[in-house]
Amino acid sequence: MRHLIDISDLTRDETNELIETASDIIVNPDNYTNKCSRKKIATLFYEPSTRTRLSFESAMLDLGGSVIGFSSAQYSSVSKGESVADTVRTVSCFADIIAIRHPKEGAALVAAMNSPVPVINAGDGGHNHPTQTLTDLLTIVREKGRLTDLTIGCCGDLKFGRTVHSLITAMARYSGVRFVLISPDELVIPEYLRNGVLKRENIPYVETRSLDESIAELDILYMTRVQKERFFNEADYVRLKDSYILTPDKLAHAKSDMRILHPLPRVNEISTAIDYDPRAAYFRQVRYGKFIRMALILKLLEEAEE
Amino acid sequence: MIIGSIVNGIVIDHIPAGRGMELYKLMKLNELKCEIALIENAKSEKLGKKDILKIGEMLPFDYSILGYVDSRITINFIENGKRVRKEHPSMPEILSDIIKCKNPRCITTTEQELPHKFRLSDRESLSYRCVYCESKAQSN
Ligand SMILES: [Zn+2]
Repeated sequence: MRHLIDISDLTRDETNELIETASDIIVNPDNYTNKCSRKKIATLFYEPSTRTRLSFESAMLDLGGSVIGFSSAQYSSVSKGESVADTVRTVSCFADIIAIRHPKEGAALVAAMNSPVPVINAGDGGHNHPTQTLTDLLTIVREKGRLTDLTIGCCGDLKFGRTVHSLITAMARYSGVRFVLISPDELVIPEYLRNGVLKRENIPYVETRSLDESIAELDILYMTRVQKERFFNEADYVRLKDSYILTPDKLAHAKSDMRILHPLPRVNEISTAIDYDPRAAYFRQVRYGKFIRMALILKLLEEAEE
Repeated sequence: MIIGSIVNGIVIDHIPAGRGMELYKLMKLNELKCEIALIENAKSEKLGKKDILKIGEMLPFDYSILGYVDSRITINFIENGKRVRKEHPSMPEILSDIIKCKNPRCITTTEQELPHKFRLSDRESLSYRCVYCESKAQSN
């Protein structure tokens, strides 16, 4: 059975196919309205993540399918201590495909190991969240027309931000990509990415502390939040936090066709004054998220039937 | 005591100094009834210092666990006071329920019945990662 647990479960060609399908859905939505009639997705959300859950559920509804599930572990037998394995075995008697979100790392893999139907990882703690990465890739394609020959700025918490890690891993497969990694010294990318991906694959990158100085060269700016809890002391946080907040002043130096992405939710790292700038792509990114999930559900269900 | 020589059994030599006790626990030698000797900090030309385990019984045992500790370990099989075979353990691809994942955010912390599994992720650095959360194995 084919599942999606980690973004590297998909080859580059498969990723490209999903992006093509999603792009076709955007242009010809009517061709897809009955593709999954009589099919059900179960959304098993052991921790709340309303945006991700609604995205999966609308994806299935727009394919003509239906939705069952729970949106927090307080419901159902899960709260009585049922194992992930048992829950998945039970739910797969009703559902054709499962999307699981769980606070513990590796939970989605455990689900997949016990499921006779396809499992999609909708986030397992701070570990993997492959549909976010697919969303980011589709956003870049729709907004820039390509995944190659791009200078991608990643800004904020690059140490703990899993979305940035998977984006770098996924984009490293395309040619002509260059990274500008913008963060305070405390929150630079982990060694395994620097040595295991960037250096090993000979991908050009620079590490810098300043968003101001690097914004002008970027085609994509991927923003993440710098959280207070990540700092040893309050003074460092107060001193640094404003440098990683995107404001109209900073944006003034950016290219006119740069695009700003953000995995959301946003707290204050992007000033709301920017929301109506055509370069702000983060709300369109949410829409793309539904389309790529539609493409993914279609692919996994088709493969399951074969 | 069998420190000098054993007649029938196994001598595990070239254990990195300080890890003999870990191996003793990994192999669950405390469950055996036969004579066992752990020699720590013996002199070694190769390693400077080493630990040695002598077990007075032929064990039906998966020696690949030793490969997890160090693949330079030597396993000597002794019969009638003579060494009949010498082996180096291979690095096992998968370690199942041998070491535990220490990542507090790992699914194995809440799902008690899951086997703790580690996969050999890098032969050069000899590192194992939890199959669930991908954290690096830490020696016990
Ligand atoms: Zn683990």
